[in-house]
Amino acid sequence: MRSAADLRGALARGLVALSGIAGGIALWWAVVTVFDVAPYVVPPPGDVWRSLTGDFGLLMDNLWPTAQEALLGFAIGNVLAIAIAIVFVHSRTVERSFFPVAVFVQTLPLVAVAPVLVLMLGNGMAPKVVIAALMTLFPTLVNMVRGFNAISPQTVELFRVMSASKADLFWRARTYAALPFLFTALKIASTSAVIGAIVAEWIGADEGLGYLIINATYNFQTPLLYSTMIVASLFALLLFALIGIVERLVVTWEDDG
Amino acid sequence: MLGPPATERTTAISIDGLAVAFTSRRTTVTALEGVTLDVRERELLSILGPSGSGKSTLLRVIADLIPASAGRVAVLGGTPASARRARAIGFVFQHAELLPWRTAIDNVKLPLQVGRRRAKAASGGEQADPRELLELVGLGDRADAYPRQLSGGMRQRVAIARALVTRPRVLLMDEPFGALDEITREAMNRELLRIWRETGTTIVFVTHSISEAVFLSQRIAVLTPQPGRLAGTLPVDLPADRRPEIRDTPEFVAVAAQARALLEGGARR
Ligand SMILES: Nc1ncnc2c1ncn2[C@@H]1O[C@H](COP(=O)(O)OP(=O)(O)OP(=O)(O)O)[C@@H](O)[C@H]1O
Ligand SMILES: [Mg+2]
Repeated sequence: MRSAADLRGALARGLVALSGIAGGIALWWAVVTVFDVAPYVVPPPGDVWRSLTGDFGLLMDNLWPTAQEALLGFAIGNVLAIAIAIVFVHSRTVERSFFPVAVFVQTLPLVAVAPVLVLMLGNGMAPKVVIAALMTLFPTLVNMVRGFNAISPQTVELFRVMSASKADLFWRARTYAALPFLFTALKIASTSAVIGAIVAEWIGADEGLGYLIINATYNFQTPLLYSTMIVASLFALLLFALIGIVERLVVTWEDDG
Repeated sequence: MLGPPATERTTAISIDGLAVAFTSRRTTVTALEGVTLDVRERELLSILGPSGSGKSTLLRVIADLIPASAGRVAVLGGTPASARRARAIGFVFQHAELLPWRTAIDNVKLPLQVGRRRAKAASGGEQADPRELLELVGLGDRADAYPRQLSGGMRQRVAIARALVTRPRVLLMDEPFGALDEITREAMNRELLRIWRETGTTIVFVTHSISEAVFLSQRIAVLTPQPGRLAGTLPVDLPADRRPEIRDTPEFVAVAAQARALLEGGARR
């Protein structure tokens, strides 16, 4: 009985989103035509569509390495962040001394770090994975520290009355309290990992979406540039949506807002 | 060992000259001062006092959640800490404090899943069956509901079932029905009396409702505000079988008037 209403709601939301996209494309086409924008700056939608279909093989061949780097970086960055957050929650001293380090790493400009990493790790996948991981690490760390601490003082007292151990409190309260925060963090991380991998490929790569973007720009293949952007964002969107689905399956006790 | 000497066997909680002060950076708040009070085994004693009179503080000392600044507190012949570690104390908080990610039945099971195994042996009894406890509080059919799907009164009943699952000898309740409407509250009061009779637990019940205190208790301890002192204790000589109509009897009204006098006498000082 609920699922029928759910389905109708999802359909309605899908239609709204689709009409938004259609409207955007129409506007794009109108602006390009009315103002006579040079096609090497903003190509008309038709050209981009032809590139998307015509260069499909090329796009997919280059999506694959970027996807691998992003996913690997995503996994490493998030696992590290969660591990560090667990250590922080158990030791205020460690948190106080290492949190500033994390903040410092976060403030390093990505475009400055990337070349250094390429120098250190070579031209292969490694520096891209590291940058994607770095991009995801900080937001997840901050969210998880908050999440693990998102239990009320009364919950702590409840566990004390039951003479529960610190481990009991962690595994039966803190982890659950942190789950909604984890999914928020993973959603942020899904997009930043893809951005991280692409930007890292700009510095030095012979394949990947970032490489394709640089190449297309220098060769004035603007439609290819646009279709690469679209593929990159569709990939990030797919990750984002997958995480949303897993969240709905896992966090069943919260009201869906 | 928790077994008290023969002469003290009937005293469940013994409080002697208790003082509790909270010290922050600059100020010291004296929450309780010179409180001396005994709670007999299987007694239902209410602690009545205005807001800020240290009622919660008193319960929290008994439950070993905060230390006493001065004085002596004994629970079941030992220290509050030993009683807590023996899982002899159940606590019901003002706002249920259910874990939102656990269903009603899983919330009731929580105390059986944490802490040391020896809790079972030390409390001297078997653990209660979580399902039977949910039946006892009238929620047998809502076992698989999440807290957000339950009303405030239902949540509070789950919290009571959870507090009883280790078969504690002492049950501490901090304004458990304070957030409920009057109708629900009176129904919960009757249910609590039934549970108390069926389980034979010693209950210390905190409230700032005079009529709730009179209806439930065998004895009422009245606290004065800031700092909390004992204004006096008041026996409630009403029949054990308390029906809702008892609130309209002259005996009930007389006890309520005495309680009010103690409260107001305390407030004027
Ligand atoms: N952790 C704490 N730190 C500092 N002061 C506290 C703390 N807990 C209680 N107090 C103070 O002790 C006094 C008694 O508080 P307590 O919570 O015991 O009152 P209460 O009788 O339970 O009131 P209420 O009916 O509002 O719940 C208050 O003045 C309060 O500000
Ligand atoms: Mg209180």
